[in-house]
Amino acid sequence: MQFFGGSEISPSPPAPTASGNNAHMMYVFNRNGVCLLYREWNRPLHTLNAQQDHKLMFGLLFSLKSLTAKMDPTNADKGNLGVPQLPGQGCSFHSFRTNTYKLSFMEIPSGIKIILVAHPRTGDLRESLKYIYNLYVEYVVKNPLYTPGTPIKCELFNTTLDQYVRGLG
Amino acid sequence: MAAIYSLYIINKSGGLIFYKDYGSAGRMDTNDSLRLASLWHSMHAISQQLSPISGCSGIELLEADTFDLHCFQSLTGTKFFAVSEPGTQHMDNLLKHIYELYTDYVLKNPFYEMEMPIRCELFEINLSQAVQKDRVALLGR
Repeated sequence: MQFFGGSEISPSPPAPTASGNNAHMMYVFNRNGVCLLYREWNRPLHTLNAQQDHKLMFGLLFSLKSLTAKMDPTNADKGNLGVPQLPGQGCSFHSFRTNTYKLSFMEIPSGIKIILVAHPRTGDLRESLKYIYNLYVEYVVKNPLYTPGTPIKCELFNTTLDQYVRGLG
Repeated sequence: MAAIYSLYIINKSGGLIFYKDYGSAGRMDTNDSLRLASLWHSMHAISQQLSPISGCSGIELLEADTFDLHCFQSLTGTKFFAVSEPGTQHMDNLLKHIYELYTDYVLKNPFYEMEMPIRCELFEINLSQAVQKDRVALLGR
């Protein structure tokens, strides 16, 4: 998978692809499964408590990545199912859609996973996820008071993110 | 009708009852296909739990770098999912057509036991006809 060739530090936000509805929620996980960020803008239904929800989401994505790598029809040489894949190794999925939501997923080579759950008729959100990753780099990673591996508590990141996601709708 | 790489049919408990590969480099042996089918069944169920809105019926389309996976779930819980090239159109029509073939040649077969692997020759013949119609697009192997 070809990765971020861009040389710009902060590219301008891509044109919004979804019309009408805001995103429902967003997760950011690190490579160990720690939920660094969970933002919720519109979630009428809560099936599980927060901890279980995060674990279930991470587990689902881990298994789906494993399934995608194994199911790749263009690659004859694949490892066994369940073998942990390095970020970027093997085929990975970038989104899945159900009748009530569309989940867009992006994994960075460092293992950070960004997940955005939106309306099912949302277009391809890969460019938006790249922009959100740039926001993460600018406001979180470059923040000297932030310890990597801990939940994100950067106010500036949250407000910029909210503004951007509102702009997607 | 669209061209597909492979087709899986799983029963309501998640067991694989039919697997056919239509010429991908990633053809799988029996054990792997069984494991993948069960894994998909579980993922399909978990995706319903994580929905922000009530009334979710599970994953219908999974988009990956090199393929798309389309899934159709019948009202009885039998799932038909197919691996196709990215961006293939009208896959839901193909899957519904396959479901019709399943009801005609498998369910109406008096010797077929429910939830068991499908061994109905007429089903396989008609399925091949339905899938082969647009195979020109899948050349290059």
